[in-house]
Amino acid sequence: MSDDIIRLEGITREYLMGSERVLALRGVDLTIRRNEYVAIMGPSGSGKSTMMNMLGALDTPSAGKYWLNGHEVSQMADDDLARVRNREIGFVFQTFNLLPRASALANVELPLVYAGVSGKERKQRAEAALERVGLGQRMHHKPNELSGGQRQRVAIARALVNEPSILLADEPTGNLDSTTSEEIMRVFGQLHAQGQTVLVVTHEPDIAAHAHRVVVLRDGKVDSDRQNPVTATGVAA
Amino acid sequence: MPFFEAVRLALSSIRAQKLKSFFSLVGVLIGVTFLIAVVSIVQGMNVYMTDKFAGALIGVNTFQVRSRPNIQTGNSTEEQYRQWQRNPRITIEDAAFLEAKMTTPARFARAGFDRVKIDWNGKQAKDIDLQAVDAEFFRIKHWDISEGRIFTPQEVNIGASVVVLGNELGERLFKGRDPIGQTISIGGLPHRVIGVVAKQGTLFGISLDKFVVTPLTSPARRLVNRPHVIDDLHVQAENPAQMREAMAEATSLMRVRRGLKPGQPDNFHLESAEGALSEWDKISKVLFLALPGLVAISLVVGGIVIMNIMLMAVAERTREIGVRKALGAKRRDIMAQFVVESATLSVTGAILGIGAGILLAFAVRAFTPLPAAVAPWSIGVGVGLGVLVGMVAGVYPARQAARLDPIAALRQE
Repeated sequence: MSDDIIRLEGITREYLMGSERVLALRGVDLTIRRNEYVAIMGPSGSGKSTMMNMLGALDTPSAGKYWLNGHEVSQMADDDLARVRNREIGFVFQTFNLLPRASALANVELPLVYAGVSGKERKQRAEAALERVGLGQRMHHKPNELSGGQRQRVAIARALVNEPSILLADEPTGNLDSTTSEEIMRVFGQLHAQGQTVLVVTHEPDIAAHAHRVVVLRDGKVDSDRQNPVTATGVAA
Repeated sequence: MPFFEAVRLALSSIRAQKLKSFFSLVGVLIGVTFLIAVVSIVQGMNVYMTDKFAGALIGVNTFQVRSRPNIQTGNSTEEQYRQWQRNPRITIEDAAFLEAKMTTPARFARAGFDRVKIDWNGKQAKDIDLQAVDAEFFRIKHWDISEGRIFTPQEVNIGASVVVLGNELGERLFKGRDPIGQTISIGGLPHRVIGVVAKQGTLFGISLDKFVVTPLTSPARRLVNRPHVIDDLHVQAENPAQMREAMAEATSLMRVRRGLKPGQPDNFHLESAEGALSEWDKISKVLFLALPGLVAISLVVGGIVIMNIMLMAVAERTREIGVRKALGAKRRDIMAQFVVESATLSVTGAILGIGAGILLAFAVRAFTPLPAAVAPWSIGVGVGLGVLVGMVAGVYPARQAARLDPIAALRQE
């Protein structure tokens, strides 16, 4: 297998809205290599969310092919998709999506529970992931005892704990103030520097500016795909 | 997802909403409470009836040859009752005949009964059971003597005017003084006290210790029956099988003695604990038949309530389900989570019900003459039913949860 971690070929996704057919994606071709830092942008209605669901193996295309780390995801059934989400993808959501009654540690352990990792190893790996995002001191706090930035760090630790092929973030700073946003983007920068492939779906140019490559969608197609000259050198530092 | 993980999760969501959880498991709680309490009381009654009732009133492995039933059970017709009234009384000669002819090893005691007044030193006790019997009677009844002695066969032969007292009567009449050697008057006839029977307690709240026993031939016997007539002949065999054999033998011997032709009904009555217990058997059977129905109704209601609670939980936690699916939960993981949660809820109800049922059984024992003994198997059945109801009630909500589309679930507020 090549260095390509994601390969999309002619991805089409159509929905039935009542009796009307809506084409959310109209033949997207895209290749992302290992350890790229990519921002996916586009106005609302551009197919950005559908793209994100597709990449995250939450949805399958109506037509076209999707390879993720060598697995063909486009033809998979439910349980196989669940396994791909568990092993290959680390989600970071706009609203954090932590389980409110569980501690930070328990939240981070969750993907390992579904991966069938034993209790002791689970705890060790979850602790390591939390330390990696700088939350070693707050492992036993509940989400409501943490600030927004800390919650998003817990979510990032949870996304990383199973060592996924891609870190897939959907508007990760949408619920954070600008200082905290910078902090979270710094974490992404560090992870990328450590070799992690990072995909950020956003409509904010400021956030996209951190990425090395920006893919813009419009009307369900790739409108532009360019390297980011401004920060291409700056971020890794 | 590992099983214990799911149980832990379930317990934490029960703890998070204590009141709601409690109401949701009331149905199961009541059903299991009912099961435990009724089984305990019926089982307690069973033990009581076989051990105490049968033992105290009739004697173990014992039957009585009588002219008519003593303990009347069930409904007897007017005609049947008149037939019993016409039956000839049992005589001392009948008893001697049976004792001589029966081949099954057995112990015999003739007996007559009535209610009498007892006087001693200006004090009077009314409505006392006078039992005029053979010396073997004490062994058949398995009575222990707490003071003094029982009378001997010789004293029965000579018609000695001696008496053995029931415990309560002794205490009431003599109030702490030694009754042995005192002379009491039974319906005006003087008898010397030679012994006291150990305390036996009560049966359904009625004292078993208010009686006097005299030899079958004592002066007091004339208060009980006409000469030669007795109320019953007690026959005690060594075991239940021999007792049935002895009963068959006694029946045919009595029919021969009374010259009854085949087809003619018996004009005497054999009374055994089995006979007296058969009525209780019917009652307990009815209770045990009705019980599953009553328990089932509560459990069905309880199951429906739990199902509703679980459907609500699935609706409330749609987003959580979405997150879990995004993190790699398969359908069966979500399914298992909600089925286990439902079963845990239901088993919690069952356990509370077992506690309440045991308390109820003990309360019945403490505050009523009814006995109660908790049957271990009913606890097992209670827990089992809890698991079953919870799992059945949880399947539908859990399937709804497992089938949720993760994208739609994540979008939910």
